[in-house]
Amino acid sequence: MLRIAAEATLGDLELDVAAEVAAGECLALAGPSGAGKSSVLRVISGLLRPRRGSVACGERVWLDTERGIDLPPDERRCGYVFQDYALFPHLSAWQNVAYALTRLPRRERRPRAVELLERFGLGDRAEARPRTLSGGERQRVAVARALAVEPAALLLDEPLSALDARTRAAAGRELAAVLHAAGVPALLVTHDFQEAALLGDRVGVMDGGRIVQLGTAGELAAEPASPFVADFTGAVVLTGVAAPAADGLTRVTLDGGGEVTSPEPAAGPVAVTVYPWEIALAPRGTIDPGSARNHLDVEIVSVTAVGSRVRVGLAAPQPLAAELTGPAVTAMHIAPGQRAVATWKATATRLLPLTPQGSDEVRH
Amino acid sequence: MRSAWFGIATGVALAAALAFLTLPVVAIFVDSPPADLISALGEEGALDALWLSLKTTAAALAIIVVVGTPAAYLLATRRFPARALVITLVELPLVLPPAVAGIALLAALGPSLTFTTGAVVVALTFVASPFYLRQAQAAFASVDRSWLEASRTLGASEARTFARVAIPTAVPGLMAGGALALGRALGEFGATLMFAGSLQGVTQTAPLAIYQRFSTDFDAALALSAVLVAVSAAILLTAKLFGGWDAADRR
Repeated sequence: MLRIAAEATLGDLELDVAAEVAAGECLALAGPSGAGKSSVLRVISGLLRPRRGSVACGERVWLDTERGIDLPPDERRCGYVFQDYALFPHLSAWQNVAYALTRLPRRERRPRAVELLERFGLGDRAEARPRTLSGGERQRVAVARALAVEPAALLLDEPLSALDARTRAAAGRELAAVLHAAGVPALLVTHDFQEAALLGDRVGVMDGGRIVQLGTAGELAAEPASPFVADFTGAVVLTGVAAPAADGLTRVTLDGGGEVTSPEPAAGPVAVTVYPWEIALAPRGTIDPGSARNHLDVEIVSVTAVGSRVRVGLAAPQPLAAELTGPAVTAMHIAPGQRAVATWKATATRLLPLTPQGSDEVRH
Repeated sequence: MRSAWFGIATGVALAAALAFLTLPVVAIFVDSPPADLISALGEEGALDALWLSLKTTAAALAIIVVVGTPAAYLLATRRFPARALVITLVELPLVLPPAVAGIALLAALGPSLTFTTGAVVVALTFVASPFYLRQAQAAFASVDRSWLEASRTLGASEARTFARVAIPTAVPGLMAGGALALGRALGEFGATLMFAGSLQGVTQTAPLAIYQRFSTDFDAALALSAVLVAVSAAILLTAKLFGGWDAADRR
């Protein structure tokens, strides 16, 4: 069990976080850059000393500002995978791993380092310098090196962001397996919610130095506690003013035009959230009434393929997006500049009351 | 075409700089035939001066590297109060006229060292160390901070991080700084003359010997100059080869 609580001032950012991670569990901290995610890892590893705080791993206390305890980084046994991996450029792959093996007698270090590299399928790259390794190979050397310290906790800073899209999926699956096999608390930092959902057993969304919501990825996507979390998890966020309607549902008049319906009770300024995959597109004037209650006149702004899906950017005039399959886009001749009708069910429409300050948190 | 005339202008500028900087050096060799060179070196005092120059420069460089490397690392990696002031003070000898440096050393250390080889080493160290410190500080500042931090999380102490990561990755910059300091020490004249004197075999380094022969035996001065040019060029070349090889291997 890894426990951390820390308060620190970092330039304009007030960091104030508390979290617990169980052995064998991976907590993913996700948020935009500048949210203070990496600083959490730096506090745990001892590279950053908070104004107030404590870090305990299992029985051992690494930091307790109240009691004046502050172990240096080299006595904390954190396996830290740095952003861009921070491999030593003047050492070969096996020497990078062996650097962490000083507790072994000198002659045992090389065989042990090569053994670790072999576990990651890099046995034949042991003599290579980092600059000759591919991005995926560097990432695996960095993970092998972090494991070589026999870490009491694993810390990973954007472990996949330096990889190209093709390597990323495979590396992500491999990393998830490694994290669970290690059996120690793991804390991972990413700006990508999907990466957090893939690798984290739980996800903490960070904004402005705080963890604003903590839960499983599914919980966060289904019940975002704020428009910021909804936006970050990928939902479409529209703003408007809600009023109860005669049929017991809530009608929201959107800023800039249009009206949507939701079963959730609300009144006053609200953020309307809906996921892009809940939204369907139909040609204008051919609306099949069906069961979908929400229809918005939209203009198609962009068409972007994301893997096997296509994200269609829309203006209502507030920005929103629909996710369709490639064949659907082809069949409907969807192209930028055309007009269409976006439809989705009222039950897929969530409402979050906006406080005056809360509206500042809606970011795009 | 704009780019054509600009290309010509920069080319002309480089050619002018090259000619101006190399012609005097070439002239030394043209004016002193190899036979003269060898006979001049056979002269008593010339070899003494050359040998003393090499010894004192080596001693000064050793002191500069041993003390300057950790000092430059501290300046490059730590933020502390009055850091900018410390850096400025350390660089002061760069802009100090050598004669003033000699007077300053006399004022600080008194005349007890004068006419000893130790005084030569002190003078060389004083004027040459800022060249190394500046370059070494820049070299350490450009070492990726995450390498140093990774080293700490991998169980290495600050001292081990300095020795095993910071120095090896800063080596090209450290070599360049060493070459600059070495060149400055080898050519040192004013501070040595003022502080140590010009006693043959004890404090008379090669530049001082050249100056002494300048008015009485110009050919001998020319020959000694040629030898000094050769030694300096060899040092510069060695440093470039080392630095270049290492940088190419790294990037």
